[in-house]
Amino acid sequence: MLRVVSTVVNRMVEHARQFPDDEPLSRVFSALADPIRRDMVARLSTADATVNELAEPYDVTLQAVSKHLRVLEEAGLVSRSRDAQRRPVHLEAKVFELMTKWIERYRQQAEERYSRLDEVLRSMPDHDDPTPPVHSTPRRKGKSR
Amino acid sequence: MTTTSTRATQITADKDLPMIRLTREFDAPVDKVFRAHTDAELFAQWNGPRRHETKIDHHDCRTGGSYRFIHLSNGNEYAFHGSFHEVRPSELIVQTFTFEGMPDGVSLEKLVFEDLGSGRTRLTTTSLVDSFEGRDAFLASGMESGVQEMYQRLDELLAG
Repeated sequence: MLRVVSTVVNRMVEHARQFPDDEPLSRVFSALADPIRRDMVARLSTADATVNELAEPYDVTLQAVSKHLRVLEEAGLVSRSRDAQRRPVHLEAKVFELMTKWIERYRQQAEERYSRLDEVLRSMPDHDDPTPPVHSTPRRKGKSR
Repeated sequence: MTTTSTRATQITADKDLPMIRLTREFDAPVDKVFRAHTDAELFAQWNGPRRHETKIDHHDCRTGGSYRFIHLSNGNEYAFHGSFHEVRPSELIVQTFTFEGMPDGVSLEKLVFEDLGSGRTRLTTTSLVDSFEGRDAFLASGMESGVQEMYQRLDELLAG
């Protein structure tokens, strides 16, 4: 639960920074809380789709799918063109931006850690003892916990 | 989604599984890279965010062993622990990973060490968590806003 809260809070922090004037933040989070809606977002990340196409894999009515779409639309996560006959559903770029940003920051953090590991590796003397430290005496004696 | 560049860390966030994969190559033989993971003192030198000091509580890197470390940052302590499920010298480490602030959350991590020859090593780490929310939380944890800002916001949120 806490983990979910932290996800939500992080999303809020990031979202608030990107869209400072956007007050209905909670809509974004409740929109993404539903697994069908998350799946829709994931599928829309590859291509636009019509309501019928989106409804196909789910065992729910078209009305239910439309309802899910409305939630996503109201949260500003997807949009539908008003004029085109098919009215395809389009994923708003900010969803990608959010995800891409998270992934890139996580990668940068890992890279920072690994460059420090590079330094450690350079400072290590060549290992003469063929016995790896795995077999050394455990630091804790007896049964742990 | 994948980010690539020569030699730098590559990351993949799996579309179908709540999993993150990191790949990195090192200009060091595989036994050294492995030792930098198993030796507590060496591990403390590179693990964790740059701004944080890492204090090792214990680091018993062998099959059936366990570890616990604490990141110190501006007077705050963030502790992490886990079990070493399988440890094979210069080959493999399978371990769990838990942030003690979220004790029910756990990720299963698999570190594969590959000898590339000519004194080079490839390390591939996959972290599997039990939900996409959990995965996204891991990703979001890399944000510069950091844990403290997150908790401040949470305080504000709960107070409001």
